[in-house]
Amino acid sequence: MKLSKEEVEHIAALARLRLSDEEKEKYSEQLSAILDYIGQLQTVNTKSVEPTSQVTGLINITREDEVRESQIFKELVESAPEQGEDYIIIHKVFENK
Amino acid sequence: MSLNKLTLLETFKGLREGKFSSEELTRDCFKQIEKFDDKVKAFITLDKERALAQAKEVDKKIIAGDSLSPLAGIPVAVKDIICTKDLKSTGGSKILENYIPPFDATVAGKIKEADGVIIGKTNCDEFAMGGSTENSGFFPTHNPWDLSRVPGGSSGGSAAALAADMAVYALGTDTGGSIRQPASFCGISGLKVSYGRVSRYGVMAMTSSLDTVGSFAKTVEDMAVIMKYLAGRDEKDSTTLDIAVDDYSGEIIKNIKGLKIGLPKEYFVEGMDSEVRARILEAAKKMEELGAEIVDISLPHTDLAIATYYIIVPSEVSSNMARYDGIRYGLSKRDKGDLLDIYLNSRADGLGREVKRRVMVGTYALSAGYYDAYYKKAMQTRTLVKKDFDDVFEKIDAILTPVAPTPAFKIGENINDPLKMYLEDIFTTPASLAGICGLSIPAGFANSLPVGIQILGKRFNEKTILRIGHQYQLATDWHKQKPNLQ
Repeated sequence: MKLSKEEVEHIAALARLRLSDEEKEKYSEQLSAILDYIGQLQTVNTKSVEPTSQVTGLINITREDEVRESQIFKELVESAPEQGEDYIIIHKVFENK
Repeated sequence: MSLNKLTLLETFKGLREGKFSSEELTRDCFKQIEKFDDKVKAFITLDKERALAQAKEVDKKIIAGDSLSPLAGIPVAVKDIICTKDLKSTGGSKILENYIPPFDATVAGKIKEADGVIIGKTNCDEFAMGGSTENSGFFPTHNPWDLSRVPGGSSGGSAAALAADMAVYALGTDTGGSIRQPASFCGISGLKVSYGRVSRYGVMAMTSSLDTVGSFAKTVEDMAVIMKYLAGRDEKDSTTLDIAVDDYSGEIIKNIKGLKIGLPKEYFVEGMDSEVRARILEAAKKMEELGAEIVDISLPHTDLAIATYYIIVPSEVSSNMARYDGIRYGLSKRDKGDLLDIYLNSRADGLGREVKRRVMVGTYALSAGYYDAYYKKAMQTRTLVKKDFDDVFEKIDAILTPVAPTPAFKIGENINDPLKMYLEDIFTTPASLAGICGLSIPAGFANSLPVGIQILGKRFNEKTILRIGHQYQLATDWHKQKPNLQ
């Protein structure tokens, strides 16, 4: 199975990746080889097999819902590429109408 | 003798007996780094000033007779995927090239609490995606045994640094072999712990259902000391279990008479280097001499492991990599365009080839219409692989296998064939899917390159594989061999 250029572009758009033409070409080839390989699982009979998403056996680990100070609020905001006094600045998400 | 060549237990003894100071020991590590790291390229960042200041602090405490942990004053190299407060942590990625975390990962915090000396941050495949350290966003690391070869990966910088005696031990992470395989390629000991044994808090996530944090050491005896400090429940990582941490150092001194060790026939396949095969069988013989019983076993779903692994990993990667978006931290290209352009331009410049490739595969596998065929299917075949191990561990204590089908390969040899690179993980990924523990220790050479054996144990039974490893090292001296760096 070979992925078309359009399929590669569609996946890249979903993944928020901007690919060069060269990358698109290369990935279409490499992804096809990888998908062919992992596609072999489809021949395995797993009819009554439960899926394993993790192996700890733990379910819903919670703690008391109490407020705790992170102590590093200021440093976290300062890690952002653009910030105000105590907030992170991003580009507009919605257009004004 | 240069102090950097000593094992952890030897440095511990020397420091307590006042034979040398932590400052002298730390300086010797930096001397070695200054001498050889322009060739090996194990480190992304060094932290000499702070390391020496820390060493001097510990020396004062030793003189004052304070009660100290066995790790106190001992230099450690830390994989750059592990966040260290106020010390650049890149994960081997350009997107975090200048990222300085305002907090410590739990394991880094534990080392600091134990008065350990962090000397620097080691190179790795970008966000741990790779098996050669060639996928680092900065430069490849070279194997100290043969500089034209890879050290393995993804924790290749940590393995190379330790093999070259630039540190006394080193921290790494293992998702599908990223500690075990570089340990084998570099002729040192490496432990992948059971999933949930060591906290991943503050460690950059790659595949959350498989990622583990572990250690490299010069001997298994050293490893037992280190793991005692790293293991345990952490409230900040809800996958860690509240199971008591064993007294590893006490357990490993027991002999291995009567232990049942399985040799799985599926791990001795065509295409495997004949020298590697010979080393594993010799190790089995040695364990038999030590009183263990070697039994033939079968893990029938082994051939499903790679395909299963390379669906689960990219799927979780595609989700975990979404955080690198140029908004909250890391590289942000915001000079032109709108919000979407920030995402696209930051990720285009910041993420490397293999990361993008996995994000693409994972996005495809999880996209509408394909989820059942890929991800759900892989979670089911994962059950089959895991059940193989559950079944055999009813009857045996440990499993002995090769770590990788070949010794270290040449830099550049596999870089343009990602599928071939994935197939190199054939002997390490099954244990990862099952969440069990695995120890990789030196067992000889193939064409002058180190070869490791893998000892696999039940979940949370690190004590048994460490015991087998230590008893093997008492009877052999492969772990004492050193590369001839010049």
